[in-house]
Amino acid sequence: MILYDWLVQPFVEFGFMRRALVGAVALGLGSGPIGTFLVLRRMSLMGDAMSHAVLPGAAIGFLLGGLSLPAMSLGGLVAGLTVALLSGLVTRLTPLREDAAFAAFYLISLALGVLIVSTHGSNVDLLHVLFGTILAVDDPALLLVAGIATVTLFALALVYRPLVLECFDPGFLRSVGVGGGSIHALFLTLVVLNLVAGFQALGTLMAVGLMMLPAAAARFWAREIWSLAAVSSGLAALAGYVGLLVSYHADLPSGPAIILTAGVLYLISVGLGRRDSIRTRYFVKSHLAA
Amino acid sequence: MGPLVNEPGAAVSIRDLTIAYERHPALHHISGRFGAGSLTAIVGPNGAGKSTLVKAIAGTLRPNGGSIDRGSAETRGIAYLPQQSEIERSFPITVLDTVLLGHWRRIGWRRGVTQELEEAAQAALAKVGLGHFEARPISTLSAGQFQRVLFARLMLQDAPLILLDEPFTALDTRTTRDLLALVGAWQREGRTVIAVLHDYEQVRTHFPETLLLARELVAWGPTETVMTAEKLAAARDMAEAWDEAAHPCARAGAAA
Repeated sequence: MILYDWLVQPFVEFGFMRRALVGAVALGLGSGPIGTFLVLRRMSLMGDAMSHAVLPGAAIGFLLGGLSLPAMSLGGLVAGLTVALLSGLVTRLTPLREDAAFAAFYLISLALGVLIVSTHGSNVDLLHVLFGTILAVDDPALLLVAGIATVTLFALALVYRPLVLECFDPGFLRSVGVGGGSIHALFLTLVVLNLVAGFQALGTLMAVGLMMLPAAAARFWAREIWSLAAVSSGLAALAGYVGLLVSYHADLPSGPAIILTAGVLYLISVGLGRRDSIRTRYFVKSHLAA
Repeated sequence: MGPLVNEPGAAVSIRDLTIAYERHPALHHISGRFGAGSLTAIVGPNGAGKSTLVKAIAGTLRPNGGSIDRGSAETRGIAYLPQQSEIERSFPITVLDTVLLGHWRRIGWRRGVTQELEEAAQAALAKVGLGHFEARPISTLSAGQFQRVLFARLMLQDAPLILLDEPFTALDTRTTRDLLALVGAWQREGRTVIAVLHDYEQVRTHFPETLLLARELVAWGPTETVMTAEKLAAARDMAEAWDEAAHPCARAGAAA
């Protein structure tokens, strides 16, 4: 029963481990599809930018409300949406491209966040905002994560067709009279929401890891959008499960353990995946007759 | 796609149209009319404003001056095929799903695709010569096959006005011939078709009307009266460079 002791016992014995696992699965459900669309839109680094943008909001929330989830989440949400909105405005009103506009505003936001935290809080607090603690996820936090995952999946179901079209052929979407701008704005809102869901558990800097690493890894296993999203959700949940076990047994911080597990899954996928991996590209010799 | 039995293609009237980039006109005081059910080629040197004109008719560019009346196409839709650059060719979508998007006016954001709509898509694919390609991802198609897919999607849009921006660039002779045949069929169904083209031989053989553009309108009418040596030379001589010191246009109605 050694296997049982290793793989199941911690979750049976400790409530905080169970909540952490459920939290990771819920995060994966929302972040998987969002990450998939970020990859498809060549916006992989946008998630990273947005996660930095969330920081000052979370910091202000922390200063006003202490370690209070509603205050920090609301702050993070407002900061993230503000950066998205300002970048969107600059992109629309000037010839500056979206990635440059985002870079500018997230850097401003990040510096502001570090300034606020370093003048008003101790370094331990900063570490908490940056790295989170999934093992401290309580019921309200769990409800928030699950709620955001639910909203994300419903919203994606509603705008799935125009969203796909906006990635694939934005000109066609315009020609049938649908404004791509509103779809894009809704999508960025979902990105910010999912980062906010992640930062209590993983911290602002790590949250994006559970969004991008599984989505990038899924590319080597699946081909359709729905299967890419499903595989990345699955990989995120798996990373959560394995990462929590590693952190429990080796007494390591849980956030980095989860993201590093996701990183290992990504590297395995790049090397051995079913589609376009290094294995299939360079080590499968025979080709078909036609 | 059945022919448009009762309604003729849409007529497009252009009145004193000016479109400028950074205040320099790409199109300067263009006026004229594409007749209902006409088949027109837009011809001119690079930088003549051909794509700009098509985008303005499609409604994706806002005029700085003048107006465009799209007739029945305002309500019944425009099928517009831009130059390929904006399409993400590596996107994970199948040929059939791409073609089905042509039903957008029937399915919109969330309505399901019925058996009947799917059969129409299969029929369109067969018509462009891609009968058994429906399950293929578009990333595996050649440039010519992909252009056939886009033509199949255009057919499903069933629009009274069809706009094509350089639809045959980089295609081989056979693909071009097949797609040109479709364009002719669309006109016989009563649709209005406008295409930006570079191949003069193609224009003379297949397009009854021609619009010759060099930022200003050079000539517009039956192809044999437009595609003359003098008029083509006049269009070629148009200055491609902006005049940085240009004064504001003084012509009546100039808003640019």
